[in-house]
Amino acid sequence: MSERTLFVHGNQACVEGALYAGVSFYAGYPITPSSEIAEEMSVRLPANGGRFIQMEDEISSMCAIIGASLTGRKVMTATSGPGFSLMQEALGYAIMAEIPCVIVNVMRGGPSTGLPTQGSQGDVNQARWGTHGDHAIIALTASTHQALFEATVRAFNLAETYRSPVIVLYDELLAHMRERLTLPEPGDLPLVERLRTFVPGGVDYRPYLARSDGRLPMSDFGGVHRYNVTGLYHDMWGFPSTDPVTVNDLLHHLHDKIVVRTGELESHREYALEDADTVLISYGTPARSAMQVARKGRDSGHRVGVLELETLWPFPGQLVRDVCEKARIVIVVEMNMGQIRDQVRAAVRAPERVFLANRVDGEFIKPKDIGTVIRLVDGHGV
Amino acid sequence: MAIENYIRKRFFPHIWCPGCGHGTVLNALLRALEQLGLSKNEIVMVSGIGCSARISGYVDVHTLHTLHGRALAFATGVKLSRPELTILVPMGDGDALAIGGNHFLHAARRNIDITAIILNNRIYGMTGGQFSPLSGCGIQATTAPYSTIDHAFDVVELSRAAGASFVARTTTFHVRELEKMLVQAIRHRGFSVVEVLSQCPTHFGRRNKEGSAVDMLKKLQSKTVPLNSRKLELDPSLVPRGVFVDQDKPEYCELYDDMVARSRVEVEEQGQPVGADARKEV
Repeated sequence: MSERTLFVHGNQACVEGALYAGVSFYAGYPITPSSEIAEEMSVRLPANGGRFIQMEDEISSMCAIIGASLTGRKVMTATSGPGFSLMQEALGYAIMAEIPCVIVNVMRGGPSTGLPTQGSQGDVNQARWGTHGDHAIIALTASTHQALFEATVRAFNLAETYRSPVIVLYDELLAHMRERLTLPEPGDLPLVERLRTFVPGGVDYRPYLARSDGRLPMSDFGGVHRYNVTGLYHDMWGFPSTDPVTVNDLLHHLHDKIVVRTGELESHREYALEDADTVLISYGTPARSAMQVARKGRDSGHRVGVLELETLWPFPGQLVRDVCEKARIVIVVEMNMGQIRDQVRAAVRAPERVFLANRVDGEFIKPKDIGTVIRLVDGHGV
Repeated sequence: MAIENYIRKRFFPHIWCPGCGHGTVLNALLRALEQLGLSKNEIVMVSGIGCSARISGYVDVHTLHTLHGRALAFATGVKLSRPELTILVPMGDGDALAIGGNHFLHAARRNIDITAIILNNRIYGMTGGQFSPLSGCGIQATTAPYSTIDHAFDVVELSRAAGASFVARTTTFHVRELEKMLVQAIRHRGFSVVEVLSQCPTHFGRRNKEGSAVDMLKKLQSKTVPLNSRKLELDPSLVPRGVFVDQDKPEYCELYDDMVARSRVEVEEQGQPVGADARKEV
């Protein structure tokens, strides 16, 4: 057991998760507070037959992992706010061309250069809508190193399953905090491998024709099937098309393959929600403080519960609605100006009962900060 | 293999304007592939956005039609992942040296084994005749109604300085030479650049009163001369053609393999690679 329990920072936990999932290609550009991911990948990947490349910027990093994914590898890049902004164009390409890939965004304070060395959760909406055009996206998050490890493994699994980019979002606090991480044995967590076509060479292979279960078997570049990949609207062979039916079908497919599976993609943790009249909704490191507030509240007889979201996109609106049904007040705890608060308000029956407990000064949200908001909302003053 | 086996016939006729030089480049490229005898499954063509980028749709190899300027970045991912594949990247002026300029410099610096073919027609054709970083001064374009004041890049000098280990220039008039250069460039291990001066009669020719496609081709003939020729000595204002750089220099993917071998030795000798000590075990 001792051999497999590490005392590491969050970025290391993310790398361990990616390696467990089978990542074999990493392209990236250094940026605080994600650089340790690139550093660790540069040590580990060459040693295990993988490929690591430091690119000239985040734009090319995103492009390089897409190229490598097409040759059959599990691929990943990691960055932070400014770099994530630069990746948006190619992220859209990966969505359109349905390329499995994982993008880690260690969130620091923004906008612009912002607070490079301090935590934030300001990129939640950017993860959803950062790239242009209608689309759907999967974004996962975590509040502990163990959960981050698992979220990273899951990100690779979902990327392969849905042929989609998957974003792992976590804050700088988690990235640089050190805590225990227990590595699961191989086989303990399920892994999804690349689904490859069994159509033999010489037989018409259609890379964008979904099977009955919705999955699209791939063929590696360099293999027996020569097809086209484009960011234009395309037909089932991957060739550009402006045919209204083809265009309409493709956009619906890209949207529906994720949005109609919101329930399957949803993942959360909860604490004492059954009879809670005060529901704290949180994610990332703020969820740790929310948990403490709820525990202490319960100890002193208050009916406080926590819903910790681990899937941010597609947003689990139905879950949030159900959880908040009987709540007297709902407090969203996050390190931004209310990006998930807005989603919660849109989801629940009584949006006027939804409040925000936030910090946007780069500091960790302490239990006291949440307690203050609860007292204010309850009319007890500060 | 006959050259028509390298094309996707169902997409013809192509989208290029009558008189465009891009078809000539495609033709020469197909002949080069035929000469090299490469299997179609071993070739990946990566292109960006623009008239030149549409070449990839017509060639029956693995084709990746990407984003404006980013073709070399995608190609780098493909190549490093599967070094045994032959990677061809046709690019226009903007793809190669405006929006994609930085990727171009760094691909050349790494000397990664990719063949970059720059179809230089000194104009943005697909968007309707705006000037490019290869237009040069005094050119009429839809975004330069009073003529351009921007200087042009010299593709050859830029490629050389950035570290490309094979650099050549020719024109769409000199088709045999082009075919030969493409064969050399694809065979070369390392980053190869072939600049092809091409004609865009629709946007460049018309606005700059250069006449028909034939007139433009004649100009490419008369204004260019072989490198190291007597003609060039007598008139240095002419544009030299030929192979400017053909250097044996360590290639990126080969260096990567060397690094992997070195890392294995380090692991054997020290039990772990340098840097792995950051991980603390409980």
